[in-house]
Amino acid sequence: MEYFLIIISAIFVNNIVLAQFLGICPFLGVSNKLSTATGMAAAVCFVITLATIVTYLLNAYLLIPLNLTFLQTILFILVIAALVQMVEIVLKKTSPALYQALGIYLPLITTNCTVLGVAITVVTKEFTFGMPSHMLNLGEATVYAFATAVGYGLAMVLFAGLREHLSLNNVPKPFKGIPIALVTVSILAMAFMGFSGLV
Amino acid sequence: MTKFQLITKGFIKDNPTFVLILGMCPTLATTTSAINGLSMGLATLFVLVLSNMAVSAVAPYVPDKVHIPAYIVIIATFVTVLQFLMQAYTPAMYNTLGLFIPLIVVNCIVLGRAEAFANKNTVIDSALDGLGVGLGFTLSLTILGMIREMLGSGSIFGWKFITGDGILAFVMAPGAFLCLGYLMVLFNKIAKKN
Repeated sequence: MEYFLIIISAIFVNNIVLAQFLGICPFLGVSNKLSTATGMAAAVCFVITLATIVTYLLNAYLLIPLNLTFLQTILFILVIAALVQMVEIVLKKTSPALYQALGIYLPLITTNCTVLGVAITVVTKEFTFGMPSHMLNLGEATVYAFATAVGYGLAMVLFAGLREHLSLNNVPKPFKGIPIALVTVSILAMAFMGFSGLV
Repeated sequence: MTKFQLITKGFIKDNPTFVLILGMCPTLATTTSAINGLSMGLATLFVLVLSNMAVSAVAPYVPDKVHIPAYIVIIATFVTVLQFLMQAYTPAMYNTLGLFIPLIVVNCIVLGRAEAFANKNTVIDSALDGLGVGLGFTLSLTILGMIREMLGSGSIFGWKFITGDGILAFVMAPGAFLCLGYLMVLFNKIAKKN
């Protein structure tokens, strides 16, 4: 039940783009076409889950015992950068097809703030999810990270679909490009506000 | 480019928010009120100036292959310094801005200036560049924060001019996207005229 609440909350109620404002730059940048949006969403999903597990373990077994939690920001970003590089190398060797699909999006993910954002959130914030307020354990953190990434993918794919239609419409000149995209996201965010209070 | 131009270019010509469209996450998330926007802008300004100076000082000695990780570590260090300073002197604001203080590390403006300007210019010029871009960012965030605060809670910098509530949606996510979208349109119009 608790995992179910985490998933619903992370995907719909507290959607990472539309409610928490994380990862807006790539959200606006690669959502022109449905195919690129799907590729980016898959790459983010993969990296967020992996990065959260690694940073969670490092935080629990290295930083907390040594009383070094103030190094979280520096350590986490280094781990994420190294991890992205490693995933790229491993994918290139083991699964060229997947590398072809995700390849160009992987380097961009280091500076995608969703990854660092989720990694920091799961080790610093207390959640409830139908239970007394508590820090997440590794299983919950992993599910939270994965569900958040699915929410990111959902928002991205929905928005890419809207944007493909939008590109066929004749919008006033000053609205062209990013401004009209932002107005569209605003309406999408309004729709997602309908989920608030669900969990 | 003269020293004066370095400082003023961030306001209109190279405005990081409205023209270059960088650093959208803190722009949207922290501008629920004018004072929050201003604080976030100043926090970014602090990191931007110091990281620009440090990067321009060490750039000649950093091998090309590892320059991005090296710059990220420099930026992360100054962000940690900022976290300590804010925890000590403005704990309330530190809690309000929350996650977005550590996330300055991945703000594309900061790494962008290190890559595009600081690694090939002098320390003084880089500091001025950081100051200019930081001020432009602060200005945009303050304007956006003011508009959202006026519409959303009917006040400016905490001074309330209506009784009761404003339009709550403007403090929440949809209002943020909408305000930024329309401000960009306005900015495009003004920039075209000049």
